[in-house]
Amino acid sequence: MLEPPTKITALVVDDDTINQMIHHRLLDNLGIRNQVVRNGKEAIDVHCSGKNFDLILMDMEMPVMNGIEATRKLRAMGIRSMIAGVSTNTRERENFMKAGLDDYQEKPLTTSKLVSILHKVHKDG
Amino acid sequence: MDVVVQLQRQLTDHTASLFHEGFLNEQFNQLQQLQDESNPDFVVEVVSLFFEDSERLLNELAKALEQQAVDYKKVDAHVHQLKGSSSSIGAQRVQAVCIPFRNFCEEQNIEGCLKCLQQVKHEYSLVKNKLETLFKLEQQLIAAGGSFPTL
Repeated sequence: MLEPPTKITALVVDDDTINQMIHHRLLDNLGIRNQVVRNGKEAIDVHCSGKNFDLILMDMEMPVMNGIEATRKLRAMGIRSMIAGVSTNTRERENFMKAGLDDYQEKPLTTSKLVSILHKVHKDG
Repeated sequence: MDVVVQLQRQLTDHTASLFHEGFLNEQFNQLQQLQDESNPDFVVEVVSLFFEDSERLLNELAKALEQQAVDYKKVDAHVHQLKGSSSSIGAQRVQAVCIPFRNFCEEQNIEGCLKCLQQVKHEYSLVKNKLETLFKLEQQLIAAGGSFPTL
């Protein structure tokens, strides 16, 4: 069932430990090396430290800095990675997309939702 | 009768009833699919995290609703978390109660909130019980030398 390790890297941004665990495992299972941070600010910090990722899975509602603000900031910093918003808050979906998302998926994430996101990650990365 | 076969049948029946009675949904299958030889305890780990989180949230909810001046934003935030985590593991009935619960928070309806708290506590303890039985059966099956298929 394990895919051969790909060169794609991912960042999971979510304050909920259960989701962190599930998203981390979903990515691992697809052979994607990934890191987990707890909120938007940590996502910014990890980029400031020089790291870059092909895919960012961004939760919306988080303490310290939420997903909308973090997405805006990352885009303002020139980050062109694929950012997929992962949330349950349909009311804020449009704002979230406007902040700079490439894709949006309803929680909970599943393997097939993740695969559909990955198909959009540009292959020449 | 072969103990392994008997346990396998019990496990299958118990699992089937959990889905059939709506305690669990497809999301739980997703978790089972993520379990393999290199992550043999994944489901138990995630569900244990869910139990810890939920118990904490239910306590916080009870406390928040006891206050003279109820902070409905806080209550709503807790219910939102509970809804999220129950949905992540497929605990469908717990998730379902969270929906009217959030509506009552918005309306600042204390009676509605208290009623929902009772309901969500009830659903949580039911699903917790059933999941614990599921894990026990799995352990017994492995101890008896059997294995359970991961879907």
